[in-house]
Formats: sequence, structure tokens, C-alpha cells
Amino acid sequence: MLNAVEPAIAVDQLVKVYKTTRAVDGISFALERGSITGLLGGNGAGKTTTIAMITGLVMPTSGTVKVLGAAMPRQRYQVLHEMNFESPHVDMPHRLTVRQNLKVFGRLYAVEDLDGRIAALAREFDLSEFLDRPTGKLSAGQKTRVALAKALINSPRVLLLDEPTASLDPDTADWVRGHLERFRRERGATVLLASHNMSEVERLCERVIIMKRGHIEDDDTPQRLLVRYGRQTLEEVFLDVARGRGETREAAQ
Amino acid sequence: MSAPSISAVTLAPHRIAAMVLRYVYLLRSSWTRLVELIYWPAVQLLVWGFLQFYIAQNSGFFARASGVFIAAVLMWDVLFRGQLGFSVSFLEEMWSRNLTNLMISPLRPIEFVCALMIMSLIRLAIGMLPVTFLAMAFFGFNVYALGLALAAFFVNLILTSWAVGIVVAGVLLRNGMGAESLAWTLMFVLMPLTCVYYPVSVLPDWLQVIAWTLPPTYVFEGMRALLMEHVIRADLMLEAFALNALYFAAGVLAFLQLLKSARRVGSLLQTGE
Repeated sequence: MLNAVEPAIAVDQLVKVYKTTRAVDGISFALERGSITGLLGGNGAGKTTTIAMITGLVMPTSGTVKVLGAAMPRQRYQVLHEMNFESPHVDMPHRLTVRQNLKVFGRLYAVEDLDGRIAALAREFDLSEFLDRPTGKLSAGQKTRVALAKALINSPRVLLLDEPTASLDPDTADWVRGHLERFRRERGATVLLASHNMSEVERLCERVIIMKRGHIEDDDTPQRLLVRYGRQTLEEVFLDVARGRGETREAAQ
Repeated sequence: MSAPSISAVTLAPHRIAAMVLRYVYLLRSSWTRLVELIYWPAVQLLVWGFLQFYIAQNSGFFARASGVFIAAVLMWDVLFRGQLGFSVSFLEEMWSRNLTNLMISPLRPIEFVCALMIMSLIRLAIGMLPVTFLAMAFFGFNVYALGLALAAFFVNLILTSWAVGIVVAGVLLRNGMGAESLAWTLMFVLMPLTCVYYPVSVLPDWLQVIAWTLPPTYVFEGMRALLMEHVIRADLMLEAFALNALYFAAGVLAFLQLLKSARRVGSLLQTGE
């Protein structure tokens, strides 16, 4: 039985070592149910490995990850039906049509009234006219919308997103953010969003975790980070952290 | 080595059906894939069938052993295409970069394996059924006349093909696409040892010992006994089945361990080369 009062995601002293590289080095955080959190960091900061350990794709070297109270990856089958994931680095079968792909994933997640759910997602993500087109023949933006529809097919309680708007034009990206915001609000889902897009994080996230070389460098609300670093935007805060100026600035203050 | 958890071996038919549906959609989307399934077995049959036809005209021994080459070709294709059908369906996930989606879904590894076994049978049926009718039309060889023995041959060969396919899938999970060539070539390592076209007795003594550790060797010997001496060797089929049960269980355990190792080294994130 899953614990209803535990955090949606609880990460404790998590370490992942690949051969001699410490990709994730003793990080801890807990995400409240229904919260939306941004995971920021440059390339190699450990964001993807952290998300992979939360999904159970990668086994931690030490430390623990719990999702909805289930220890990952050991108890993953208790919660995988309540989770979903989207990343531009992962594709769906190109030769299958959008409808076929959504049907396959809907059945894997045992979605009730699957045809109705696919129709609703198609309306929501403006996919109706592409439903019977092979997924491989869609534009990058259309594919991202299909991937997001797949990520929401089971109305997950925990949604993990790795740069969800990376290949979208600004208008579509903004539109997608609106949908994610609404989904989170209506479903009460917990969202963890890894992104390089600071304005996206600023708009969507109520909390930001900044990673660097496998460590958590900072963890706070966007507003408090701006005040603490004395910056106007999260991008400036991110650059301060990435270039090691954060500590200096704080020390000077 | 820790035992797999109970949840890893629980089966849900709807998830197996979802995966089979995914591969059926794929086959339906491409007529070239369907033609390819029949093309090579048909070419192989015609080449060996005509060769047997020629030799039989010039040798009393081969005239008596009518159909032995053709039966060997068909049986070898059950073994090879059975494994290929399993492995290619698995490779489709890697080629389409879809494996991560499956691995974070509720699909259990054993359900995935079951779906791949079902697809191996479907692909085999599409490829081999027309070829068996071709054998009747061109060479007057009716493989179905082998009756129950054919069923025993088939079950043993398909079990071996799955055991090999499962191990190949595990190696691909652990080592990525760099190991893809294994899927196409591993069965050919077994070909000379399983004595598809010649009796075990032609091998050197030390190789015979190795040959008898492989279930298909029993099938091909049993097939020759049936076609040349008209004797059904049930003993050989039972021994092959016992070995297959052992290898199949070992294959599943190896797959689960390789999957666990893939989670440890992070290769499920990097399924490319």
C-alpha cells in the first residue's frame, strides 16, 4: 500500500557513479504532491541521471529515491502506472500513426475509455488532423506535441519532463506551457521539469533546484533566488551559479 | 545473484497484447517488411531443393533419402528465423529510440519477452507457411506429412531460437547497438555444430561432445532418422526438450541480470552505439 502522506518524490543522499565519474553526488530533496519544480543545470550537471533514477531507469550507486512512497527501482511496478515521462531524446515508433502509438501506450497503461482519451488529447494538443499520419512524417513541433500527449495518456500523478519545449517555436512552446500548467492544476499532479529555458522555469515553477557537477548548488523559489543573487532574471542567476559567482556575490553581501 | 522480484514475473495479458499490437501495426505499415519475411526462406529452399534434386539423380543414397535436404532447410529456417523474428522485433525498439518509453511504462520484462515470442511465431508463420507450400509445388515434399514428429521438431527448435533471442536482447540492452551484429550472426555459430545437413558422426570426437549439448542437434538427427530410416526417435526429442528447458530458463535469468546491469551502468539511457 502506497503512503498517501509521503512526498511525491523523495530523494535522499543520492549518488550515481559511472566508472570514475560522479554524475550525481549526494543530492537530497523532496517534492510536495501537486508541486511543480524546475531542475536547472548545464550539460553534465546530473539532471538527466537524476530523472532517470527517479523513473527507475538507472540504479543509484547509493542513496534512495521514493516516488509516491515506493522505493525506486525495486518497487517501481507499484507506481509506474501513475508516472510518465517526456524527453526530446526519446522517440516513438516512426512508422506507426499517432493514433496507433497512443493506442499502444494507452493499453500499456490500461487507460479506460481509450478512444475517448485519445480524442480528448488530440483536441487538447491540436493533433486531430494528424491522428492517422505516421509519427515519423510530422514536424519536430508536432512530434513534441504527440510525445506530450503520450506523457499525459494515463493522467499521471507524477510527470517528469526533460526539456519539453526544446524543439518548439516560441508560440507553440508558450501554448504547451499553458497546457502543462492547466494539467498540473486540474490533476493535482507533481511535475519535475528539467530545462535550459529559464523563462519557462520562471513561468511554470514554484521551486527551482540548480545542479552543477552532480551537486545541488541552490534550491529555492524563483523569487527568493532573484532577491538572493540580486538579479533580474533566472538566466542571470543560472549564469552566476554556472560560473561560480554565486558564492562570491553572497559572501560580498 | 539475487532472484528476480515477484512483480518482475507477474504477467498482464493486456500489456502483452498491447506490444503484439504495436508490432502488428508495424508489419502492416510496410509491405517490404512482409515480402522480406518470405524472400530469404524461399530463395534458400529453391537453392537446396534443386541441389538435392540434382544429387538424387546421381546417387542412390540421396535418392533414398528423399527430402532430407529440403526438410533440413525448412527446420534450419524455423531455428534461424524464429530467433531473428524475436531479435528484430526487439531491435525495432532500439532503432526507433522507443525503449526508454517502454522501460518507464508498467510493461514488465517478462511481458516484453512474451510479446517478442508471440511476434517470433507470427513472423515465422508469415515467412514459412508459403515456403512449405512452395516445397510441395516444386519438389513434391510435404513437410506436414511428418505429423507429430514435425510438432516435436518445431517446439524444440523454436524454444532454442527464443533462448538465443532472449540472451541477444539482454546483451543489446546492456551493450547497446554496438552488439547488433550478434542478432544476425549468433545462430550461424551454432550451424556447423548442430549438424543441420550432415550426421553428428562426421564431426571429430571432441566436437561431437559439444554438438550433443545443443538441442537442435537432436532435432536434426531425429529428422534424418525419420526421413532416411523411417524411425521416430522420441528419446532424442525428449532429451532436446530437457536441454531446451534448461537453456530457456538460463536465457531468461541472463536477460534479467543483463537488464539489471543495464540499469546499473545507465545503458538504458544510451541505447545507441
